[in-house]
Amino acid sequence: MLITCPYCGPRDVIEFTYQGDGNRERPDPASQNFEAWNAYVYDRLNPAGDHNEIWQHSGGCRTHLRVVRNTLTHEISSVAFVRGDHQGRGDHGSAARRKAEDKS
Amino acid sequence: MVERQSPEPLSPLEPEFHVGSHGNFEHGVEIILTETRPGSIVQLAAWPGEEKKLIAAIRTVTGLALPDGAGGGLSDGVKSVFGFAPGKFTIADEAEGLAPAFAKVVTPAIGTVTDLSHGRTAIRIAGPKAEWVLAKFFAIDFSLPAFPIGAGRSTTHHDIFAQIQRTGADQFDIYVFRSFARSFWKALCHASEEVGYEVQ
Ligand SMILES: [Zn+2]
Repeated sequence: MLITCPYCGPRDVIEFTYQGDGNRERPDPASQNFEAWNAYVYDRLNPAGDHNEIWQHSGGCRTHLRVVRNTLTHEISSVAFVRGDHQGRGDHGSAARRKAEDKS
Repeated sequence: MVERQSPEPLSPLEPEFHVGSHGNFEHGVEIILTETRPGSIVQLAAWPGEEKKLIAAIRTVTGLALPDGAGGGLSDGVKSVFGFAPGKFTIADEAEGLAPAFAKVVTPAIGTVTDLSHGRTAIRIAGPKAEWVLAKFFAIDFSLPAFPIGAGRSTTHHDIFAQIQRTGADQFDIYVFRSFARSFWKALCHASEEVGYEVQ
């Protein structure tokens, strides 16, 4: 399985670490809404199909990534930085890489 | 005036560093392995939105103007710089003193300076089979169009993190953790045996 890191380009899955379900929303740390905490800790969609996931390119640029992976086919339909700050800017980040890949 | 910033660095490769030709070299040496031993190695990281200021600081200190794009870099043979992550750069210099020089221009509002002069070992692999040997180690594309001269890549070899900069058409500088450098060096020697290699 290859994941195309927005910075590094396509890399083998062994360079990445799975960081969990990307659908969860963490309640405010001060929150005492137990249902919200219960949902955060335990509730999972477990879809047969496209799934939002968080991965880290731990054996590369070490950024955290939002990945949409099909749980049936392992097809990856989108990869983006978790932190949007670097997106779409020509600042040594993703823009040039994406441009290069759009051409290929 | 150059003041000594730190104790004399000792090479971790020493017990396994054997100058001369090795392996299957009867038909010629196709790999040259060396340790470049930079006087200083630093990593710089920009806070989000401060990347351009950091790139300007790199130009101020080293005179090197980074090309745009992920993993972009260049080397003038003495100083080298390349991007290895969004807003993050590795810089090496034959001379000592990069860290204090950057500390003067990279203000806390721009980003951070990490001195890795004693934390990394820089190994150079060169020769017509350099791409071929490295392809045995790393699952990345080493061909010149995909990995142009000056560019950098972050990757791993069996969990040993490596930053690789192409410093020539058939030459690569590999920065590895100092504590793993000797075993990585030995592996590189073994991998080069079948094409004949020379340690300089
Ligand atoms: Zn990456």
